[in-house]
Amino acid sequence: MNQAPIDNIGISRGSLKSYLTGFVLALILTAIPFAMVMSRAFSPGVTLIGIFSAGVVQILVHLHYFLHLDTSSAARWNVLAILFTLLIMIIFVGGTLWIMSNLNYRMM
Amino acid sequence: MFGKLTLAAIPFDKPIVISAVGGAVFLALVILGLITYYRKWTYLYHEWLTSLDHKKIGIMYIILALVMLVRGFSDAILMRSQQAVAAGGHLGFLAPDHFNQIFSAHGSIMIIFMAMPFLAGLMNIVVPQQIGARDVAFPFLNSVSLWLTAAGAMLIMVSLGVGEFSQAGWSGYTPLTEKAYSPGVGVDYWIWAFQIAGIGSTLTGINFLVTILKMRAPGMKPMHMPLFVWTAFFTSVLIVWAFPVLTVDLALVTLDRCLGMHFFTNDLGGNMMMYANLFWTWGHPEVYIVILPAFGVFSEVSATFSGKRLFGYRSLVYATAVITILSFSVWVHHFFTMGAGPNVNLFFGIATMLIAIPTGVKIFNWLFTMYRGRIQFTPPMYWTLGFIVTFTIGGAAGVLMAVPPADYVLHNSLFLIAHFHTMLIPGTLFGFLAGYYYWFPKAVGFRLQENWGIRAFWCWIIGFYLAFIPLYVLGFMGMPRRLQHYVNPAWHPYLLVAALGTALIGLGIVFLGVQLVVSIKERRALSDTTGDPWDGRTLEWLTASPPAAYNFPKIPVVEDIDAFMGMKEKDVAYRRPEQYSDIEIPKNVPHGLIIGAFAFLGGFAVIWYIWWLALVSALGILGTVIARSWDDDPHYLIPAAEVQRIEDERHRQLAAVAQRCPADAPASPEPVPGR
Repeated sequence: MNQAPIDNIGISRGSLKSYLTGFVLALILTAIPFAMVMSRAFSPGVTLIGIFSAGVVQILVHLHYFLHLDTSSAARWNVLAILFTLLIMIIFVGGTLWIMSNLNYRMM
Repeated sequence: MFGKLTLAAIPFDKPIVISAVGGAVFLALVILGLITYYRKWTYLYHEWLTSLDHKKIGIMYIILALVMLVRGFSDAILMRSQQAVAAGGHLGFLAPDHFNQIFSAHGSIMIIFMAMPFLAGLMNIVVPQQIGARDVAFPFLNSVSLWLTAAGAMLIMVSLGVGEFSQAGWSGYTPLTEKAYSPGVGVDYWIWAFQIAGIGSTLTGINFLVTILKMRAPGMKPMHMPLFVWTAFFTSVLIVWAFPVLTVDLALVTLDRCLGMHFFTNDLGGNMMMYANLFWTWGHPEVYIVILPAFGVFSEVSATFSGKRLFGYRSLVYATAVITILSFSVWVHHFFTMGAGPNVNLFFGIATMLIAIPTGVKIFNWLFTMYRGRIQFTPPMYWTLGFIVTFTIGGAAGVLMAVPPADYVLHNSLFLIAHFHTMLIPGTLFGFLAGYYYWFPKAVGFRLQENWGIRAFWCWIIGFYLAFIPLYVLGFMGMPRRLQHYVNPAWHPYLLVAALGTALIGLGIVFLGVQLVVSIKERRALSDTTGDPWDGRTLEWLTASPPAAYNFPKIPVVEDIDAFMGMKEKDVAYRRPEQYSDIEIPKNVPHGLIIGAFAFLGGFAVIWYIWWLALVSALGILGTVIARSWDDDPHYLIPAAEVQRIEDERHRQLAAVAQRCPADAPASPEPVPGR
């Protein structure tokens, strides 16, 4: 272990302020969909879009504030991992939507 | 105080269960008694249970896997003997609810508590040494993973004597696993055993991903990594990207069961097929998680025992990568019959057939590695050959079942059972047993006895064909899986043959045990003094057997594939550095063990609704993690003088061996073509 290979990979480790910003943003982005559902102020379609976009923004907040991913990141592997995650998400989410809508069409 | 738990949870009225529990408890007491008698508790605690050494963690993983192999196999014996007698008017000796628990436990144990710990164990022992590292990237996390896996295994074992296990199969389909249809604690045992061990596996995946990416020896480019490292890498990728799906899926079932939610119920907007969809989104990559490391073992074994460089190294790497990606896109073939349209089924059917291509590439790679090699018929080579033949048969059956119309006929029949056992027993277990024999001397310092290994192999392979070929026939005859009792007399003879095969496999397991005992007895004669008993090609054979705590006194520099073979050819393998320097090694800490114990208690508490204990356990885990983070000095230093002393001893041994056989110990005397 005298190589200390994972100590310095060129990414900032964040500060108390950045963690708190991320935490507050995450709370707000969680509260919005809850409020939309509980207040019943919007039509179901708008509510769904609201939940989905709050979720996507929340993912980005986590990536930026908690996993310290930004455009200047020197960590090539992190970017690669994110790209691979995107690919897998497209397969999983897209596949699931396709399968379930097909099932819905045929069985309902 | 004790939630739902009362004395009635212990099945005193079931003689078979209670005798099994009695036997297990008795065996445990004997082992604990022996440890106490020989005063080994402090040794065990300081040297093993709290160890962060990747080799020792690996050995503990494999011990867990072998114990669970015996447990899972006992379930197999029970199922096969029940089906051998429960024909026509005979009802057999197992009640339906008991039989259902047995097949559920068999599947759960073999995948999550046999295959997963076995591969984690092999990866732990081998990967850091093959890449020339001193440990994994996160040694403490490694210990946590081990103890979480052990906690999950303990939960399954406890379910035998306290309460019951799930009756819903290892895949636990909803709505059967919903509270309305499975009100007992069985499903909760299944959920929490999977959840706790699953988190351990996810952490292992993260650990090895980082280890392989960040801790390779200088000069080791990705295309210089041994093939086992590549397969460990892709297995880690699969673990990291697939296991969270299982965690979420099971969490949603838990919410349904505990808080009355409706994710997978068949009313109030629930969608039970969504469960199957999510389960297999994890479940299919899981198959490759357990198979890929075995492919790595076969690659190492066939190269070493053919005395040749691996044929088509690059194509093997790319084939593994293609399998990794494709394995994420075939999960629907587990539920072609759920009612999706032809477009969906066709897409996933073709994707499934495509996987046969990279897998076929691998089979030819191994065959051409052996072609014109000097094959040594050691037990790992037997396992490899047995695997190649059997796996090809199972693969052909798989391509057949990938055709959706054919699957409509064969789905849920014994043909399916025969197919996936033909894939997983040779593809996973044979590979792991080959690796167990191959790396045993590296891990403990002496070889396993060869003859008993070969005897065990013949029992396994013949027993395997006897046990599973009849199931293909039975599948065509229309026999469904998971039958506790049947009336068709035509099935009976085939099931008798299958039971005979299972008995033969049982003999194979006994022989593996005999092999271990005989080898321990003859350990002096079988001892490996060189660290390189097989004329190995990769870096793990450069270290001593068993390796010093730091593996490598000086980190090697790698220039090519088969780094160690290259060093031996240039005669620099055992050259000593001018001087040794101090080496930092992670200290042993009990926190991983404590976290595992709390996870077990917490799981048990949630299963039985003992909420105060669940809270205590959760706080306990949190507190232990915080306590660990206060430790500012997690390393200890092995001074250069101590390294010098250990290495002097090692080189004295090497010199003694070289004197006995002048051609420098194990290296083969004549050049081998294609080396």
